[in-house]
Amino acid sequence: MNTTAEAIAVKPSNRTADDLVQDQSTATTVGEITSPNPRMRCREVNVWYDANHAIKNVSLDIGQNEVISMIGPSGCGKSTFLRCLNRMNDTIPAARVDGSIRLDDQEIQDNSIDVVPLRARVGMVFQKPNPFPKSIYENIAYGPRIHGLTNSRAELDELVHTSLQRAGLWNEVKDRIDAPGTSLSGGQQQRLCIARTLSVSPEVILMDEPCSALDPIATAIIEELIDELRQQYTIAIVTHSMQQAARVSQRTAYFHLGDLVEVGKTDVIFNRPQHKLTEDYITGRFG
Amino acid sequence: MSPTLLLFIVLAAMALAYHLGRKRAISVVGGVSQINRLHSLPAYYGYYTALWAGLPALLLLLLWIGLQEQILTALTVAELPPEVTADLSEGRLSLLVSDIRSVATGNISSGQSSPEVAAAAEHYRRLEGIADLALWGLIAALMLAGMAWGWQHAKPSFRARNRVESIAMLVLILFSSIAILTTLGIVLSVLFESIRFFQKVPWTEFLFGTKWSPQIALRAEQVGASGAFGAIPLFTGTLLISFIAMLLAVPIGLLSAVYLAEYAPRAVRSWAKPVLEILAGIPTVVYGFFAALTVAPFLRGFGESVGLDIASQSALAAGLVMGIMIIPFVSSLSEDVINAVPQSLRDGSYALGATQSETIRRVIFPAALPGIVGGVLLAVSRAIGETMIVVMAAGLAANLTLNPMESVTTVTVQIVTLLTGDQEFDSAKTLAAFALGLTLFVVTLILNVIALHIVRKYREQYD
Repeated sequence: MNTTAEAIAVKPSNRTADDLVQDQSTATTVGEITSPNPRMRCREVNVWYDANHAIKNVSLDIGQNEVISMIGPSGCGKSTFLRCLNRMNDTIPAARVDGSIRLDDQEIQDNSIDVVPLRARVGMVFQKPNPFPKSIYENIAYGPRIHGLTNSRAELDELVHTSLQRAGLWNEVKDRIDAPGTSLSGGQQQRLCIARTLSVSPEVILMDEPCSALDPIATAIIEELIDELRQQYTIAIVTHSMQQAARVSQRTAYFHLGDLVEVGKTDVIFNRPQHKLTEDYITGRFG
Repeated sequence: MSPTLLLFIVLAAMALAYHLGRKRAISVVGGVSQINRLHSLPAYYGYYTALWAGLPALLLLLLWIGLQEQILTALTVAELPPEVTADLSEGRLSLLVSDIRSVATGNISSGQSSPEVAAAAEHYRRLEGIADLALWGLIAALMLAGMAWGWQHAKPSFRARNRVESIAMLVLILFSSIAILTTLGIVLSVLFESIRFFQKVPWTEFLFGTKWSPQIALRAEQVGASGAFGAIPLFTGTLLISFIAMLLAVPIGLLSAVYLAEYAPRAVRSWAKPVLEILAGIPTVVYGFFAALTVAPFLRGFGESVGLDIASQSALAAGLVMGIMIIPFVSSLSEDVINAVPQSLRDGSYALGATQSETIRRVIFPAALPGIVGGVLLAVSRAIGETMIVVMAAGLAANLTLNPMESVTTVTVQIVTLLTGDQEFDSAKTLAAFALGLTLFVVTLILNVIALHIVRKYREQYD
């Protein structure tokens, strides 16, 4: 009886010690977390969903005009991390984020910062195409309208035109600009969502598995588009496809159970991974 | 022998037949190891045997229970000595028959039982005994035959599953047709009475007449001899009250739905939503006296103090209270619709830097609008059909007016007043209630069809 009580009394401190050891062992990320020309700098970012520690001490730079891809098995926290970058986790009541995330030199984790202009600067494209149930034109015009970016109908028309053109969709929809956005095919819808994101002139674009709901042809078109967008924007993309990561990104970050295990140049990660977990994942031993 | 016991026996026989059929199917193919040679799983052969053993017997039992008394009575009456029945009217005969039945079952009869009645009762009892035996015999025979039929069909090539499933489908059709036939019966009975009404009063007068005064003169020279059956004042009153109700219920319901669906923290929602729904659980008669005893006098007093002449039974009072009653309909239907808007649309809007109110106004609300309209139309049809509040608060005077401060009456109120008390079914006054009911039915049906159509169309809109 006594021993049991003792064991119970001792247990919590034991577990905490274990946790500490584990946290320390996984906190170190292999590879180069910094970027020569960073736009966003994340330091020791932690995310909890209630008691679930979803992101553990992640530090990572996202560089100007580079595409960084985030890979890893399902549930590893890569999407959660992406959603920290424009504070989309605010919409989930159970989520709690701490650590430092800077856009240029501005701390976006600060509660005093207004998320509205932040999200206009850091746009996001989602896994499933989510056009609004409005016309193609209205889908694009929505962002500029709420931010008051244009002064006249002609300017707005022009902005819609250029956004669609940049997303490579203009030629396909120019004759039916007033058709519902939902009437487009899946790949076209996703490009519509990209065009919608471009319409508010973001500086960083976050993409959360943008091709996972699309066929290979639509995927190829979007990958090409990502490569073009790199000239003007900073892009972070979460993907399940390692081929896609290899094709579109310059740097790759490998996440595992909430840890950022390894990050580095894409060809290094795929050809000479340094961490055992990364190697196992790349070579298909799990994931 | 009681039919309940028979019912249990049939059910027990079905269980037995299930086992027999299943066993038989297994043994026909040579044991459990061989059951993949059977077309269906062994249980289906069991079900098949059980259905054949039970269903015909149950149908017979139902028919028998329904018809036994009539047949026995007819036989008994036929056996009565002609001098007893010869000079009896229909009413007297039925009295005699119930006497016979009472004596037969050992109850006290209405008068001194004559020897003829006693003899007839004896005859009735004998017939009943024979009928019982016959029922037992027939049911036993049917069950055995059914079991044998199922038993000898338990062969590997027999498609037991398909048969069982088509029988199951037939049973389901039977039950759903009961609901449909009941509806049809109600509609037809209202329709036939309405047709009788329209033979007395032309439908043009009913639909387009502007004067409602449902009286029929007993004598030609009576004061107020001319009845008027123009339904327009009633429908105007109904629409006026419904309009006032919706004017109150739509904004309040909608805005509270937006708050509950989009802004309210989970803790607030978990108690606010049930409280709001309690409003829907208050009996309409309670709303009725709330309207008549609290709201109407208050409105009248308020009107006097600002120099308005508000009738003590005003459309305003009835409409306001009806509106309160309808708030939970609008709010809970709209909240469901707003919650059904996919989170991905909200995310898409937030990711563009939209605020919560911009997202609600420009993305969620337009996306949910068709569903909200559907919900509001359902609430309108509920308001139009509402009776108790208007009976108590709106009054009986069929004024043709759009002034909410006056007393008006509604279709449902008039139906109630026409059909309470003594009625004669050959008078246009009584039949008018059916015509009103039919018109009301058609109007709410059209509203419901439109509402359901809109809701369905809306469902297909995402993805």
